[in-house]
Amino acid sequence: MDMQQFYYDNKIVKKFIYATLLWGIVGFSIGLLLAFMFLFPNVTDGISWLSFGRLRPLHTNAVIFAFVGNAIYAGVYYSLQRLLKARMASNFLSNFNFWGWQVIIVAAAITLPLGYTSSKEYAELEWPIDILIALVWVAFGINMIWTILQRRQRHLYVAIWFYLGTFVTVAVLHIFNSLALPVSFLKSYSVYAGVQDALVQWWYGHNAVAFFLTTPFLGLMYYFVPKAANRPVYSYRLSIVHFWSLIFIYIWAGPHHLLYTSLPDWAQNLGVAFSVMLIAPSWGGMINGLLTLRGAWDKVRTDPVLKFMVVAITGYGMATFEGPMLSLKNVNAIAHFSDWIIAHVHVGALAWNGFFTFGMLYWLIPRMFKTKLYSNVLANFHFWIGTLGIILYTLPMYVAGFVQASMWKQFNPDGSLTYGNFLETVNEIIPMYWMRAIGGTMFIIGAIVMLYNVAQTVKHGTGVEDELAEAAALTKVSKYRTKGEGWHTWLERKPIKLTIFATVAILIGGIVQIIPTLLVKSNIPTISSVKPYTPLELEGRDLYIREGCVGCHSQMIRPFRSEVERYGEYSKAGEFVYDHPFLWGSKRTGPDLHRIGAKYSDSWHLNHMYDPQSTSPGSIMPSYKWLIRSALDKSDTEDKMRAMATLGVPYSEEEITNAQAAMEAQGKKIEDNLQQDPDFAENYASDKKYAKENREEFVEMKNREIVAIIAYIQRLGTDIKVKDKQKTAKN
Amino acid sequence: MLKFVKNHMESIIGIEIYPMISLIIFFTFFIALFWWVFTAKKDYINTVSNLPLDH
Repeated sequence: MDMQQFYYDNKIVKKFIYATLLWGIVGFSIGLLLAFMFLFPNVTDGISWLSFGRLRPLHTNAVIFAFVGNAIYAGVYYSLQRLLKARMASNFLSNFNFWGWQVIIVAAAITLPLGYTSSKEYAELEWPIDILIALVWVAFGINMIWTILQRRQRHLYVAIWFYLGTFVTVAVLHIFNSLALPVSFLKSYSVYAGVQDALVQWWYGHNAVAFFLTTPFLGLMYYFVPKAANRPVYSYRLSIVHFWSLIFIYIWAGPHHLLYTSLPDWAQNLGVAFSVMLIAPSWGGMINGLLTLRGAWDKVRTDPVLKFMVVAITGYGMATFEGPMLSLKNVNAIAHFSDWIIAHVHVGALAWNGFFTFGMLYWLIPRMFKTKLYSNVLANFHFWIGTLGIILYTLPMYVAGFVQASMWKQFNPDGSLTYGNFLETVNEIIPMYWMRAIGGTMFIIGAIVMLYNVAQTVKHGTGVEDELAEAAALTKVSKYRTKGEGWHTWLERKPIKLTIFATVAILIGGIVQIIPTLLVKSNIPTISSVKPYTPLELEGRDLYIREGCVGCHSQMIRPFRSEVERYGEYSKAGEFVYDHPFLWGSKRTGPDLHRIGAKYSDSWHLNHMYDPQSTSPGSIMPSYKWLIRSALDKSDTEDKMRAMATLGVPYSEEEITNAQAAMEAQGKKIEDNLQQDPDFAENYASDKKYAKENREEFVEMKNREIVAIIAYIQRLGTDIKVKDKQKTAKN
Repeated sequence: MLKFVKNHMESIIGIEIYPMISLIIFFTFFIALFWWVFTAKKDYINTVSNLPLDH
């Protein structure tokens, strides 16, 4: 047989490993800063680009796409070449993948703190970056499939199916969820509104977890756990069932993020049913991973790589047990919007993704640099401080979640809420936030120790070189099934067909859920009193999006007695028909805002934004002083309204032409309201005088950002407030 | 109170067939999958599961 010689591309793997380490530390550190902001809300006082709302998406994006993303590429580029006995097909595409991805990360690190965000969770980046993501992702996929076509190993190992499934599904999800109409270079509006936007977003959001944080890592698990344990996977048959059932079922589960919301019931129930089913493939995979260590458990005592992997797979098992439980409506009623969810996602992120990445890197780095790990003691230290960190992070957050939910729902015998002031429920869990911050610190210390260990290993090793390998070329086989060949065996040597079948499997769920919701648009009950936002309110809404208010405040009152009592009439699907994008939120660090309109005076809002603790003692909301000083940018208002009109919001041409005047008038009205507060009037007059004396430019209050955001907040939920209740019921 | 979230699908013509189609798709899919998995040859399974250790 003719043996061919070729080189595995190790240099690209090395680049991705370095990027993983760098962005890991960055992502964790931003998370830690955010954890401390719960304790010291004004630690970055007055610095808009370091405010909580803007940093939160940076943290989630950095961890998911920068840390985990680079780890996926590192593992895939290493294992794919070896499983296929072929070098990556194109050096150019490999490098385009690497540098393109780093450019995306840097672009995210610049735009998110500056407030350029679509506000859709884990899809916050604005449209030019979205396009770049699509390009880089497709380059990754082409490179992968091209390499598969040049392989010297007939059978595609199960890990590769997971990689292919990941590629096609993330591509589909990213494209459909990011569909938006650009207004300017860094501003766009989601093409979907309200309920539909929510459904598409959580179809995406849940499957970002499924197909970015789970399936690629399962592929890595099926390669690296056997490698580290030096024995084949426990059951290859189980891995086949695992793959097909997981991708088939996962894609349906998204609506469990929207239980008890205004999403139609059928979609909610479908999401619940599939989420419960998910426990079977998930646990099948976890058991398959753990049992791969059969007969090798003694190694787990001594080998830090296996220790990390065992905790990672256990974390996967815990998170995927919890997921289906959280999808049950009665459990979700307690957990949703609370810190329980923060605990849940961090079991996944810190244990499953974090620890698996650490284990993989501890295994890869000595091999890449042809040396031994610098210090097993330090690696063991990392393992223990990391594990304790995870426990100290998550347990208090579970407790916090239960405490919050119990206090939110507690009634007095006379029917009033026991903890009517939301702040009571916040202050009660501050000790939990302390413990979380300490747990997070421990996790980061572990990661920094790893960085040192890796640096020393690299220093003592030799430079990474492309590795020489040898294998025979594949002989041609009939494109049809050969005699005695099973159907799936045939499918495995047909990578393109395998990819197409995987795509079909994931599309079924997407189509069944999404299309009816888009079709029944006319069936989302329109409420005649619900009108589009005024130009000033629209600008205010964009500020609400820019500041990331949605990170801590929901706009979705669920139909529970406790919520209706606390916030007001529960939210209706028809109220959101003009909301591009929807802003329902997923976490209540602060109270729900859907019916906040007309509840407080304009002055109260100004004072609250300037110094939240002055109006709400004990509040952990940071101050938003810059909103009060900055001039509102009204240059794009007409374009924004036109974009909205294109998307179906009924703005007339007259309304668009008169936008500036309308904003001026509404702003003036709010300014007049503010003037009624003598403190404000006095300060404002003296500011004006000071500016005049010093010949500084003075922005009138009616033209400042705060006025727009007050206009928006005062509008929230008022379309169907009490006086219209009768009317609403009839419509 | 539930009128806003109920009865959304009823207006779609021929909606009754949806659950039937879903059941058939799922049933065939998983039957075929398990049939294949259980009938796969031992030799093949061994070869493929050893692929990661093969280099």
